[in-house]
Amino acid sequence: MTSSNGHLLDVKDLRTYFETEDGVVKAVDGISFSLVRGETLGIVGESGSGKSVTNLSIIRLIPDPPGKIVSGEIVFNGQDILLLPTEEVRKIRGRRIAMIFQDPMTSLNPFLKISRQLMEMTQLHLGHSKGQAYEHAIKMLEMVGIPDARTRVDNYPHEFSGGMRQRVMIAMALSCEPELLIADEPTTALDVTIQAQILELIKKLKQETGTSVILITHDLGVVAGMTDHVIVMYAGKVFEQARTTELFARPGNPYTKGLLRSVPDPTSEQGNLYQIPGSPPDVAHLKPGCPFAPRCDRVQEICRREFPPFVALTADHHSLCHFADEEFAESRSQ
Amino acid sequence: MDEKPPKPSSEHTHAGPALTPQGVPADSWVNTHDPDVIALGPEMAIAEGDVPFSDEDEFVRGSSLWRDAWRRLLKNKLAIFGLVVVVVITVASILGPPLIHKTLGFTPDYIPTNDVKLTKSFPPFTGPDGKFSWSHPMGTDNAGRDQLARVLQGGQISLFVGVISTLVSLLIGVSYGAIAGYIGGRLDNLMMRLVDVLYSLPYVILVIVLLSMFRSQTPRGQLVLLFVALGSVSWLTMARIVRGQVLSIKNQEFVLAARATGVSTFRIIFRHIVPNTLGPVIVYATLTIPQVMLTEAFLSFLGFGVQAPLASWGSLASDGAQNIAIFPWQMIFPGVTMALTLFSLNFLGDGLRDALDPQMRTD
Repeated sequence: MTSSNGHLLDVKDLRTYFETEDGVVKAVDGISFSLVRGETLGIVGESGSGKSVTNLSIIRLIPDPPGKIVSGEIVFNGQDILLLPTEEVRKIRGRRIAMIFQDPMTSLNPFLKISRQLMEMTQLHLGHSKGQAYEHAIKMLEMVGIPDARTRVDNYPHEFSGGMRQRVMIAMALSCEPELLIADEPTTALDVTIQAQILELIKKLKQETGTSVILITHDLGVVAGMTDHVIVMYAGKVFEQARTTELFARPGNPYTKGLLRSVPDPTSEQGNLYQIPGSPPDVAHLKPGCPFAPRCDRVQEICRREFPPFVALTADHHSLCHFADEEFAESRSQ
Repeated sequence: MDEKPPKPSSEHTHAGPALTPQGVPADSWVNTHDPDVIALGPEMAIAEGDVPFSDEDEFVRGSSLWRDAWRRLLKNKLAIFGLVVVVVITVASILGPPLIHKTLGFTPDYIPTNDVKLTKSFPPFTGPDGKFSWSHPMGTDNAGRDQLARVLQGGQISLFVGVISTLVSLLIGVSYGAIAGYIGGRLDNLMMRLVDVLYSLPYVILVIVLLSMFRSQTPRGQLVLLFVALGSVSWLTMARIVRGQVLSIKNQEFVLAARATGVSTFRIIFRHIVPNTLGPVIVYATLTIPQVMLTEAFLSFLGFGVQAPLASWGSLASDGAQNIAIFPWQMIFPGVTMALTLFSLNFLGDGLRDALDPQMRTD
């Protein structure tokens, strides 16, 4: 089933646009990336950079209308998901590609018991009987570390705390042993101690089950600790992509550098936290040239005029910038 | 574009201390004497020591959504009065006629043939001899049939019509509204315009036309026609209510989560969304029952509804109205019983609305 290059997922030139009254919003505009089987890919970017749209596109859950996947290929296990009939995509969702959402408070159905929501997955995809599904649900809850799973399984979502609900979501997502787990900001709504627990859990389960993971986040600390590969998104485009260690050590893009500098450093004595000036652009009305130009600290004339090239810095490190080579050289010399 | 708009918080977070029914001591809603809450509290504390207070607080409140509603309902005296009356009348209507048959030996449509004064209607508690008697507490009608038995049997039919028509309206209205709301777009537009069109027809006239066009030969056939006619118009409001609910629910994250797990559209609508509309649906259904009963009474009063020898409160009142000057009890008993039932159902419905959706409280 694996495609020849060892990639579980290949996204090529994906474009997802939204028709709004304000014009066409190019939420995702020509992005490409691959995910090697068994690895974790981080997608970082500010709000509105197209991270979530990318991932909803992968399982074809873009609300249509107003959204539309205009072009591109999403090759999962050698199959282009965009060419499959809806019925086939439904069999992939949950079974082979599962998703965890940002807010565990709202992503469980408040009216159904946890057991029924967990059982639904395996009854649907694995053809479990009621009894089998129930036992499986308990097993999954134990796996994600919910104490007293046998009694808790019959509780309602509101009887769990936020962290516990996110565990339930993870249990649900992993109950059919998917090949790909998409975690869309899984810890944003949780407090810090719970965040660490959830991330540890995802990491542990990934090792146990061999699932590949796409982790969407705007927390660079999470990226550093969790991922093998990172893509940095801005205004619906991939600005930089590299292996995680490489990206943190030798960023080749002014935007990535800005992001890295904005991470709070408790050891630093200087009071003010760096922030990238300005705010993300309105993707419905992008000017020609680099979308980051108005906020960039090394902006030149050419940046406002021409769209930057996607420069290959090494075989596995690309950056979307007119001055990618210079940036890369600077980071290396530091 | 990838950030979702802020969602309304889920059902459970609504039930908070601020919503305590007025006039109740502020601490009584916490209900520290409730054995369930105590039993669950420490368990939570052990399971997750680092849960912030607000979470635990929510846990205590949340675990008793239905119980909370029940508690609020219990505090509403009018609603409880309504509930008791409805239950008593329902039980009496079901058990009354066979009981009377057993003890006194006559059925609701029993016409005493050995009586010389056949056309005389006896007042309450009066026997054929004009003296006090227990056998007809509500008197008799023109044909000498026992009024109490007839009122109880009329209650059977009136309540039956109300309940069945409401069930029909539930079935059609909920599915229709849920499908229109969830699918949205052009289909929604089409479906709701159809509802608008049906709404704009004067529905009493519609029902009268339906009933007179398909007039049935047998009383039972007529009854079935009545169900169809009432059910076919009473679902419109239900469809609108459910659609509105679904529109607000379908954008919540758990629906997206369900879709992301590959659940089919049909299952999402009926297993994930419809249960979440239950509160308003229950309330509206309780309020539909008296509405339908009133319409039935009105139609029977006009002679389109239930046909003799079957009786409903409406047809009894209609018969009684003809003799109101001479035999007022023929009108008063079915009329009062019906009014009492309708009041009670409305009180109950209002109470349920307050209990299930405290935010809608107007007092």
